Amino acid sequence: MKQRSLRILRIIFAVLFLFLTSVLFVDFRELVPPVWADRILFLQFVPSLIRFITIPALVATGFIIILLITAMFGRVYCSAICPLGIFQDVFSRISIKIRLIKRYKYKKALDYLRYPLLALVAIFLLYGSLFMLNLLDPYSSFGRVFSDLVRPGIIVVNNGFAGLLEKFNHYFLYRVNLQLITWHTVLVPIITVMTVIGLSLLYGRLYCNAICPVGTVLGLLSRISVFRIKMNSATCTKCGKCSFACKSSCINVKNMKVDFSRCVACYDCISVCPENSIRYEGPFRQKNYISRTSPVSAPRSASKRDFIGKIVLYGMALTGISKKALGVTDTDRPAGKIPNDVHYPVTPPGSVSLKHFTDRCTACHLCVTVCPTGVLQPSFLQYGFTGMMQPHMDYSVEYCNFECVKCGEVCPTGAILPITVEDKKLEQNGQVNFILEKCIVYTDNTACGSCSEHCPTQAVKMVPYKDTTLTIPEIDKEICIGCGACEFACPVKPHTSIFVDGNAIHQVAKKPEIEELKVESEDAFPF
Amino acid sequence: MKVKAMKRRDFLRNSAGFGILSGAALSLGNYDAIFAKDAGSFQMPYDLVAIKGGEAAAMFDKGIASLGGMKQFVKPNQSVVIKPNIGWDVPPERAGNTNPDLVARIVEQCKMAGAKSVYVFDNTLSEATRCYELSGIESAVKKAGGTMVSGKSESYYHQVSIPGGKRLKTAKVHELILESDVFINVPVLKNHGGTTLSIAMKNLMGVVWDRRFWHSNDLHQCIADFPTYRKPDLNIVDGYRVMKRNGPRGVSVADVMTMKYQLISKDIVAVDAASAKVFGLDPKQVKYIGLAEQAGIGKSNIEGMKVNRITIGA
Repeated sequence: MKQRSLRILRIIFAVLFLFLTSVLFVDFRELVPPVWADRILFLQFVPSLIRFITIPALVATGFIIILLITAMFGRVYCSAICPLGIFQDVFSRISIKIRLIKRYKYKKALDYLRYPLLALVAIFLLYGSLFMLNLLDPYSSFGRVFSDLVRPGIIVVNNGFAGLLEKFNHYFLYRVNLQLITWHTVLVPIITVMTVIGLSLLYGRLYCNAICPVGTVLGLLSRISVFRIKMNSATCTKCGKCSFACKSSCINVKNMKVDFSRCVACYDCISVCPENSIRYEGPFRQKNYISRTSPVSAPRSASKRDFIGKIVLYGMALTGISKKALGVTDTDRPAGKIPNDVHYPVTPPGSVSLKHFTDRCTACHLCVTVCPTGVLQPSFLQYGFTGMMQPHMDYSVEYCNFECVKCGEVCPTGAILPITVEDKKLEQNGQVNFILEKCIVYTDNTACGSCSEHCPTQAVKMVPYKDTTLTIPEIDKEICIGCGACEFACPVKPHTSIFVDGNAIHQVAKKPEIEELKVESEDAFPF
Repeated sequence: MKVKAMKRRDFLRNSAGFGILSGAALSLGNYDAIFAKDAGSFQMPYDLVAIKGGEAAAMFDKGIASLGGMKQFVKPNQSVVIKPNIGWDVPPERAGNTNPDLVARIVEQCKMAGAKSVYVFDNTLSEATRCYELSGIESAVKKAGGTMVSGKSESYYHQVSIPGGKRLKTAKVHELILESDVFINVPVLKNHGGTTLSIAMKNLMGVVWDRRFWHSNDLHQCIADFPTYRKPDLNIVDGYRVMKRNGPRGVSVADVMTMKYQLISKDIVAVDAASAKVFGLDPKQVKYIGLAEQAGIGKSNIEGMKVNRITIGA
């Protein structure tokens, strides 16, 4: 096989994975069937690993395959499968095309950055927090960027086109309501995308080789991989073209060494070599054993500055913001200003418990994308600072659809487990609470019933109130499943008169009792 | 007719410029002046038609025929908007939404009367695509030649003022209601925890964007206020399956009773009053009916009306 075609092969896979993963994360019209999420994301390293720890099943073995591939062929994951990696290649290519940079050149590895960062991720994990991993994991970062930033953009474009087509009486596109975007939930994806685009425009794959924990782990493994890029000292003219083409800046032409811990197996070097003297080779034709280059002094470190910038911004976020300001505010209503006594945030149905969920969710926001109502929203401080971005049930935005279990069907980490619709209808992730003194019927003596209207189990039921036609809510916590329909619908804002307090451990609700309807039929018209 | 056509063209010209980038919010200026309040020139043979005992579509055919046919309401080349209740993602047998066979039959009748286009929409309470699909209304309407339109983006709704309203002074109303020549209201009769019954006037909450305002500003009054702005040209109440309790969403089919009723009237108050009686209640028990009558929207005293009672299969 001509080795130049390796690059073509890599590009074909890369385009395929980038396209499919992007579509998955921006699909606001539920066009992709949920089963496709598993197929497309099977090989994503971090979610697969977490899922395997949750349920060691075949469906969660993707990371093992990646480890085997890396041990055999190097960091193929980074160039052909990782969506954030491929995303960066797009910008690196643009950068070269528009001559922002002319060529890459060999640089020493930023070991003082990548290993401490990996250690930091590990330390956080040891203390049971996914915080650092979630910040840096390339798959989840990509997901957040596409779900939180690209998807709203696509909705705006869709609405524009839909509006135009409607003028010509075509309604196959329709306008979709753009949910309010709050700055503190898009802060992290914005920083991520700016860092990643900036680095990829100027330094190729620096993010992957200095920041990304998956890149660092796979880099450790690729040091011992069987097939690797090698230079043939007999034919090499030291023209340097391979090194100029290397996005990872890991080919040292001077001493003919390739730092394979940083090589992302893009094969660009092979395709540019005029002498065919840089090749992908197995152990049998090994001529020079290539040792890794050791780190010495720091080259100009944009990545480091960016990282510090990130920390500072998080600090600002922490001090500057309290709880999320909720939805529409009815300023005339003093009752809505009294905060409710909420003990726990509500986690999605299928997520077992607060702990199960927060221990496994990498905040990729795929569930946020697929949630048909939009009740699943990225959290800010609801799970505490280290749970930032992990989605929560935001009943100020929407409520959970009674018939829907999509979040569990797509969750790649097992943070939300797949459940049947029957189980979902009894899974109690929170319980209803009613504060009479805030209720419109109580304060205004006018009819409402919005909460009960939306309640699928009639855990919130309207019962006669005073000696009038008025009715007032009565709650039955036992049959409440915590879907938040009542809280969403309650017109007392922002702190509603009826609200759901999360269950730290999800419970099973009682089935609503169904009585026979007494049928009295009359033959004559009643008027 | 001519005036309205001009308005529509103006509207198209105005909004074409907004194009793709603005997308989310088309601000289209003043919609208030659109309706010339044309009291129907046609003399109705009946104030109210009540039909019972048949299938929903068949009852409608008989009922509308007795009023002189759909052509009395829809003229050739007019645009029609039909507003059923599609509030919930439940199948037809749960009676949370209007009967899809009835909606389809109305679409067909409009088409046969020469309607240029027939639009159907609702600002649903459950997730919209599921409501449209599970209710059976989307597929039935499409088969009948109508067009389903989304009600789930605020950009479809435009601010109007309601000078006749006591509490509801303004509302954002769906552009189909503002632009279409004929507005047909097709509610389902059902129990409602907050307002006792949901019928024709209550169904109009689905043509505005912000319902929450109604709930927090004397719901009954707001329901009675809205028709002072725009009364449907025809009201067809679906009483085929009736949700007797746990409304308006319902918990199970056990809440539903098959009554096989239908009520048709131009008078939205009369049709609500008659429906209340069918349900087994006195119209006085439904506060917004009385409030609307006070506001002069219609009459609730059925005894003094010309009523056509049709029984099928008796």
